[in-house]
Amino acid sequence: MTRDEKSRIPEILRKHEPELLKDWVQRQLAAAGGRPGQLSEAALREEASRFLSALREAVVGGQFRDIAGPAWSGVREVLGEISRDRAQHGFSPTETAMFVFSFKEALFARLRRELAADADALADETWAATTLLDRLGLYTIEIHQKSREEVIGRQQQEMLELSTPVVELWQGVLGLPLIGTLDSARTQIVMESLLQRIVETGATIAVIDITGVPTVDTLVAQHLLKTVAAARLMGADCIISGIRPQIAQTIVHLGVDLQNVITKATLADAFAIALQRTGFAVQRLPHRA
Amino acid sequence: MERIPILKMGEFVLVSIQVDMHDQLAMTLQDDLTAQIVRSRAKGVLIDISALEIVDSFIGRMLGNIASMARVLDAETVVVGMRPAVAITLVELGMALPGVKTALNVERGMELLRATLGTPVETGRAPAESPNGHPQN
Repeated sequence: MTRDEKSRIPEILRKHEPELLKDWVQRQLAAAGGRPGQLSEAALREEASRFLSALREAVVGGQFRDIAGPAWSGVREVLGEISRDRAQHGFSPTETAMFVFSFKEALFARLRRELAADADALADETWAATTLLDRLGLYTIEIHQKSREEVIGRQQQEMLELSTPVVELWQGVLGLPLIGTLDSARTQIVMESLLQRIVETGATIAVIDITGVPTVDTLVAQHLLKTVAAARLMGADCIISGIRPQIAQTIVHLGVDLQNVITKATLADAFAIALQRTGFAVQRLPHRA
Repeated sequence: MERIPILKMGEFVLVSIQVDMHDQLAMTLQDDLTAQIVRSRAKGVLIDISALEIVDSFIGRMLGNIASMARVLDAETVVVGMRPAVAITLVELGMALPGVKTALNVERGMELLRATLGTPVETGRAPAESPNGHPQN
């Protein structure tokens, strides 16, 4: 079967579309019988009918092998939409692909009935149909995977934004509690949000608390120093606090130079220095002492 | 030829960069500024770069150079109004301008200059115990 033009599939699809649709939807519903609540029959029927009409138009061109071609753009669009939708609703790749694969059964049954007299033609048509539907099925899996990856990417981005809050500890004093590993992408975000807050609040001191940073290697230290340098260019001094004993040892062993940065063991110490520098003092009220 | 205006204010010199800096302009500024410091016996230089949106390593180096030259001529330099994006760019370029004092805006910069030079601070803010320069200076 090299000449797709001779295929009778386009004709069969055109003639028997309603029956194929009905048969197919019924089979899908039967297959999904054990899992209620996933998709309503009406939604399934609507998706199936959109796919079928797109498919019917696409096969007219006779290009069965090239589903990336322009003739198949309609089908690709419909399938893309369906698999994205399913990916977002938590369907597994198998369930998504089965949407296409399950059409085989309906189509083959129809082919067998139409071509009962000609065994050769039946075999050829079945082969053509199966390769085509396999490709379409794999395409849905690809789209499914892609949209899952998009979801993951978006979540990562959201987590990144959530994980770097800049808080105002006092008038003119910003706090930057860092939690988790500090890589270059995160440093960038930390830096940007810190500098933005410096502009907004006019802060002169920022306390970077690294209690929640599990390890400080040379790269992390470099990132920290970059942030400190950028803040200084905006006229704000940085204090690094929350240095655990273990981290202090690592820093010294690695030969990281933190001479030019004020470092404190705890956030409280850093805050005290920050207050002193901004000209504030905290006092215990006499009658409570 | 276009020039960046240099304003004398008491014992300070003010420079506000409002246009895109190109290399020739930067060189002219260097010449003019050093000449002005000498002529007016200025003790402080305040450079406002709040309108500067783009910097390259040349401009970064120029800022550092101006500060060094001013120091040789016995004047303190404060760079004020740097935008966040500019600060990030300079740091990524590896130019943290270690010898330059910085402040958020002109007002803060003036305060810092006055504090550094021991002139009484006029504003209502309580004077900070140590000036807002950076620790190593």
